[in-house]
Amino acid sequence: MAVPILKQGDYLIATIQPEMTDSDAVHLRDDLMRRIGVYRSRGVIVDITSLDVMDSFAARSLRTIAHMALLRGADTVVVGMQPEVAFAMVQLGLRFEDVHTALDLEEGLAFLDLRPGA
Amino acid sequence: MPLGRIRIVVSTDGDIVVARLAGRELAMQVGCTATDATLVATAISEVARNIVSHAGKGEVLIRAVPVGANAQGAIEVVARDEGPGIVDVERAMQDGYSTGHGLGLGLPGARRLMDEFEIVSEVGIGTTVVMRKWCTP
Repeated sequence: MAVPILKQGDYLIATIQPEMTDSDAVHLRDDLMRRIGVYRSRGVIVDITSLDVMDSFAARSLRTIAHMALLRGADTVVVGMQPEVAFAMVQLGLRFEDVHTALDLEEGLAFLDLRPGA
Repeated sequence: MPLGRIRIVVSTDGDIVVARLAGRELAMQVGCTATDATLVATAISEVARNIVSHAGKGEVLIRAVPVGANAQGAIEVVARDEGPGIVDVERAMQDGYSTGHGLGLGLPGARRLMDEFEIVSEVGIGTTVVMRKWCTP
């Protein structure tokens, strides 16, 4: 199932579904990269509020998206991680490294608005 | 309450999702907290992906294990395949060692998420992972 992506001003908002498969994640990456160019977006929000599991593949996919978006001139914020998912990520030994995170969509938008040059 | 038992054949990334959803549901049924259920689902995701990436096809068996009179119960996950097997299991259980396209955290990560973890692998025969989570209410 494709991940829905909304355009809001200079930003793109992708809402991850609970049943996201590996190939959905790959499509999301390609779709976002294309749209950053089409809409000249400066920021990307990936909302994972309903994501039930963040395993190593999903984490690597989000990191790749954030790094690729940055190379295309857009900042990425991952928002809405559930506490159980955060705990599982820590136990699993996964790190987001330099990927920005925020509590929810509102905080994510506020973060992007505060970037230098926003 | 009859104890559940589920068998999922995994060969695609969609099957990985089916397996992890089934594991979460069964974990909740036996009284695991949402946190424990998430740990179980995440571990299933890792071992199921290992099957798809390295063996192409295999199966994941998930069952509830009764524990004593008033205990909550445990979830047991068996993931097995008849794939190429792992040459160096000890090395495969180390963080960061990967021959696939992952982060090399799959198997060692799953071990950290669960309470018990055993792996048997033989080259040319296949790999079997047995892992359990004891759920505390």
